[in-house]
Amino acid sequence: MLAKRIIPCLDVKDGQTVKGVHFVNFRQAGDPVELGEAYSKQGADELVYLDITASFEGRKTFTDLVRKVAARISIPFTVGGGIHELADIDRLLNAGADKVSINTAALLKPQLIDEIARNFGSQMCVVAIDAKLEEDGKWRCYINGGRKPLDRELLEWALEAQDRGAGEILFTSMSHDGVKTGYPNEALAMLADKLSIPVIASGGAGNMEHFRDAFVLGKADAALAASVFHFGEIKIPDLKAYLKKEGVIVREQ
Amino acid sequence: MKVIVIKYNAGNIHSVVHALRRLGLEAQVTDDKEKIQTADKVIFPGVGEASSTMAYLKQHRLDELIVNLKQPVLGICIGLQLMCRHSQEGNVDCLGIFDTCVKRFEPQQAGIKIPQMGWNTIHNLQSPLFSPDMENRYVYYVHSYYAESCAQTIATTEYMHPYSAALHRDNFYALQFHPEKSSELGEQILSNFLNIER
Repeated sequence: MLAKRIIPCLDVKDGQTVKGVHFVNFRQAGDPVELGEAYSKQGADELVYLDITASFEGRKTFTDLVRKVAARISIPFTVGGGIHELADIDRLLNAGADKVSINTAALLKPQLIDEIARNFGSQMCVVAIDAKLEEDGKWRCYINGGRKPLDRELLEWALEAQDRGAGEILFTSMSHDGVKTGYPNEALAMLADKLSIPVIASGGAGNMEHFRDAFVLGKADAALAASVFHFGEIKIPDLKAYLKKEGVIVREQ
Repeated sequence: MKVIVIKYNAGNIHSVVHALRRLGLEAQVTDDKEKIQTADKVIFPGVGEASSTMAYLKQHRLDELIVNLKQPVLGICIGLQLMCRHSQEGNVDCLGIFDTCVKRFEPQQAGIKIPQMGWNTIHNLQSPLFSPDMENRYVYYVHSYYAESCAQTIATTEYMHPYSAALHRDNFYALQFHPEKSSELGEQILSNFLNIER
């Protein structure tokens, strides 16, 4: 049986891992290559590295980091952040990334998804969506790291991304991210039912029950988290043992 | 030992080079026919679309070259699919090394995702690529098409139904999953391939 995936996410700034709370106020959390290797050994199923530096110099540092990760780590990893055009994707895939995640660029220029799918294949293309539950009950998409709202609704955009050739949807609820009260399970289940591509839940994990709920109630294919792993609040082997006991299919090493 | 990774128009052929490097082996990525023919081991990896990659192989006459190789050859992912008789993807005749066809996963119910992306288990293991302790363990997959089970199937995985996780005929071996992304288990399988005597 296909296992549900556990994905630690490492936000990288100037070569170091950081974790944002509600997208601001960053805290340091270690060397990204060593951290990734440690997660891989503990049984992480995939890794995501997000470049949160925007400068040219920072981007070069990040590409070097991708090369180091590819040389050391034997599980798949996705990279994202600061990707605007096919040349960026080509550079990151050449450095050894398995998939790229695009967010703002996809919303501003949706045909980028078609181009990635055509040039590199759908399986390389993760479309990340940051969305917030508004007072009118609708999930609105945001760009620029959650700073700018757009007049796009979550499901409608996810379906368009899928039609254009996205291989996976990585959905971050800005209302849940960093506050550790659980994933947005209703919205996840709605996405999982309507989409034919895998859905990765992101943002909100505070305890092991939250992961179970994302898989059982939210029907997510994978769950991504950062700080609960970085600060050792949840150990991946413990999480997998718990999920297995709860009837969720997970990979054991 | 000289290990060649065949260079062609498929994506992600470099991840297998990294994996070999982690095993202490420097592979050469090339489409040079003589180098491929004289290698000790040949790896035919990649991800991509069947009909366009097959057209590329034909155009560069790599198709004849591959089927006539005598040393151990390992196809990975699209490599496995191209080594089969025919693929539904682009409705194309392939290399015909394995007597089976490649079909698209057709979900019978909602909630089944295509591509199959992630970790799934391998069963009914045969051949020197695998050891008995690998039975039921997890390997990493990304694919929308699969090779049907046949007499040359040496491992199966189930996604809606069983299919060929690995195939073997004479000196030809192939894996649908990505050993280069399958953690220590994948490295062990790659290492077992490298240890196969000619």
